[in-house]
Amino acid sequence: MNDQKALLQYTLRLADDGLILGHRLGEWCGHGPILEQDIALTNTSLDHLGRARSLYQYAAAVFNALPVADKAAFFTSVAIQKEVAEETAIDEDDLAYLRDGWDYRNVLLVEQPNQDWAYTVARSFFYDSFNSLFFKELSKSTDQTLASIAEKSLKEVTYHLRWSSEWCVRLGDGTDESHARMQQAINELWAYTGELFTMNDADAAVAAQGIGMDLAALRPQWKELVTSVFEEATMAMPTDAWMHKGGKDGRHTEYLGYILAELQFVQRAYPGMEW
Amino acid sequence: MAQQTTNKNEWPLWEVFIRSKAGLDHKHAGSLHAADAEMAIENARDVYTRRMEGVSIWVVESKNIHASDPGESESLYDPANDKIYRHPTFYNLPDAVKYM
Repeated sequence: MNDQKALLQYTLRLADDGLILGHRLGEWCGHGPILEQDIALTNTSLDHLGRARSLYQYAAAVFNALPVADKAAFFTSVAIQKEVAEETAIDEDDLAYLRDGWDYRNVLLVEQPNQDWAYTVARSFFYDSFNSLFFKELSKSTDQTLASIAEKSLKEVTYHLRWSSEWCVRLGDGTDESHARMQQAINELWAYTGELFTMNDADAAVAAQGIGMDLAALRPQWKELVTSVFEEATMAMPTDAWMHKGGKDGRHTEYLGYILAELQFVQRAYPGMEW
Repeated sequence: MAQQTTNKNEWPLWEVFIRSKAGLDHKHAGSLHAADAEMAIENARDVYTRRMEGVSIWVVESKNIHASDPGESESLYDPANDKIYRHPTFYNLPDAVKYM
């Protein structure tokens, strides 16, 4: 994989993680257990979307600078291929609205459904704790754009992690019911945490250039962080077993299709519509 | 969860005070529900400072605020009405002095 294509795929994945998790958290809008938490979640959702937007803008610029042959082969989504054939430059909206599921690179964790408050908290906690370590490393990236996006995200991520850690403790160390629900959410989502630390071709290529990092090396620190919160939350650490993966390479769970159907319907039905 | 919430197990109410910038005083911004002080500050951050309204937050549980009785307002406030000498209205403030 050449350097620019690896950078593009890597940037897209980070953007897709943000867009999909932001969408999931946004689904709570108007449904939160209490007004204040409803606002907290949609605030967080907007942080993820904002980061995704900066990353999509960068990805679009990298894509537009690729040689024509690479552009035509990069995405399998027909709508993007059509733009390439017409020699139109793509933008952030095209990346969000015109790519099909197999061109999305987000990790499987972020597309998992909200289910209940405990699942939502657990999913955010796993992702936020990973992000807090990831963006700290990425802020030292040799790629100036990624480094500055990481720098800005770090403050937001610190707050996200504070929110999700506290809710882990509140539910875990709360009533019998909240403890049981939190433990169940943790146990079920655990199998999606392995993918956060797997290295695909793009990860290896950007790590070699000092743009990315060795993700596996973050895992011991991450596990320490998770363990300390779980101890306070009186929750049992799940045992490492088989882990799901595939999202980073475009193989998703059934849930992504439904998210994209909702997310992309208007732009697909009324191309280029604005309001 | 919302449907099951009754007055009895609703989270307590908190009053929120926000300082909009260093040097100014904290002003009452509104109220919100939270399980404890820590959550109240976080909720206040999300509810009342989303548009960069503040640099500092105070919260106090609403039950700890003691208020004067509106029924007693005549005896409490009216006697001040005719004591004009208590007002520093005879001084002209220079324009440069703000926040008085």
